[in-house]
Amino acid sequence: MRKLKGWKEIPIGAMIVEPGSSVEFEVSSWRTFKPVFDKKKCTKCGMCWIFCPEGAINLNKDGTYDVNLSFCKGCGICQRACAVKAITMVKEG
Amino acid sequence: MKRVGLSGNYAVAYAAKMADVDLIAAYPITPQTPIVEKLSEFVANGELEAEYINVESEHSALSACVGASLTGARVFTATSSQGLAYMHEVLFMASGLRTPIVMANVNRALSTPLNIWNDHSDAMAERDSGWIQLWVTSAQEAFDATLEAFKIAEEVLLPVMVNLDGFILSHTYEPVVLPDESLVREFVPPKPMLNRVSPKFAYSIGVVGPPEIYYEMKYQVVDAIENSRHKIKEIDKEFGNKFGREYKFVNEYMMEDADYALVTMGALTGTAKVVVNALRKEGEKVGVVSIRCFRPFPKEDLVALLEGVKGVGVMDRAVMPGGPSNPLFADIATALYGSSRRPLLQNFVAGLGGRDVSVEEFKAMFGLVKDVVREGRPRSCIYVGLRE
Repeated sequence: MRKLKGWKEIPIGAMIVEPGSSVEFEVSSWRTFKPVFDKKKCTKCGMCWIFCPEGAINLNKDGTYDVNLSFCKGCGICQRACAVKAITMVKEG
Repeated sequence: MKRVGLSGNYAVAYAAKMADVDLIAAYPITPQTPIVEKLSEFVANGELEAEYINVESEHSALSACVGASLTGARVFTATSSQGLAYMHEVLFMASGLRTPIVMANVNRALSTPLNIWNDHSDAMAERDSGWIQLWVTSAQEAFDATLEAFKIAEEVLLPVMVNLDGFILSHTYEPVVLPDESLVREFVPPKPMLNRVSPKFAYSIGVVGPPEIYYEMKYQVVDAIENSRHKIKEIDKEFGNKFGREYKFVNEYMMEDADYALVTMGALTGTAKVVVNALRKEGEKVGVVSIRCFRPFPKEDLVALLEGVKGVGVMDRAVMPGGPSNPLFADIATALYGSSRRPLLQNFVAGLGGRDVSVEEFKAMFGLVKDVVREGRPRSCIYVGLRE
């Protein structure tokens, strides 16, 4: 796990001065269910990528999609958005 | 330099004008209204070039100040009582975002029952919001403290509240020395502030601070206000050099050889001094300490002044229902806890909701302090002037 900054190292005024800092913020522990992608059913439509509120869906080289579990909160919106039911929400072990 | 007759409210308005504020957010409330009225006059007749926003509430007034301050603008607003209470959540944001806002709070009792008169319950309820709090005892002090407030706020990046007693100070006309505007501009020059929003420097504000970071961010405010003490002293000294008046954290009167003292805040300090003069003539060794800088609390100054005194009465003008004492007493008792030479302390409550505190009542308080010293232990809080 990365080292958290002390109060002297943090910019004052609750500011975030570097863009894109949310990349440093892991949310994987928030999840109860995780999406599992079935590449065979995937039609590469990209609806899961569009609907994911966290931007946690990655585009694979072959045009199918996958999830970055560091940023997936397990909301299940991708499963609802998938017209061909290529995504299943599976309970975390 | 000129000597003019001004009310406490107008003295504050003149100070904000001379500090050349960029933005004023105005919402009327008694007894503060003449401050923003006077400022609107200055803007309307071209004496002050500033953005004057008529907002729809005090919540919006302070929110507008926060936003403008984050762009680096010098901002000012004023309020009282219910207005300050309505600003409550934004007060904490202003200190957390480190916005150097200056606000005059014309002290007035809080409802219920509805009361427009003076006591200290409004400011005491916002004691822990991370604002620096200055308290004044005259119209001249109101002017001077407001000027100092701009410099303090911008140096330590914390908001400053200047407290003046409703009606007793806000509506009473007193002689006030107004310095030359050029000298004031030298004292509070336009200051480019660090880390403000601009097209060149973009950042996120108003962010979420989860448990991993909130504690550290909150501590930054604790540290900033703790360490503002030396800066406040330095600025007060500079003010003294420039304008010939210096105030310090606490104002002491006849304390050199005092056996008994009364601690006060605000305009009633004047009455306490009159009573001290009278009692001194009768041979009583009495004195008064009035607190000018309430946050950060002047622990060391108070300990130095009160150690060795036999008995000290603390006059609260606000109550802390269900608490162990009342707010000012609690702070003073805490400050003196570590001292082996601490005086006997007696809590008084007086002057709630604008009730007069007479010369006789002040005399009685000094007498009671003497009594408890003779008895060897303090009594529970004495509510001066309360009818049974």
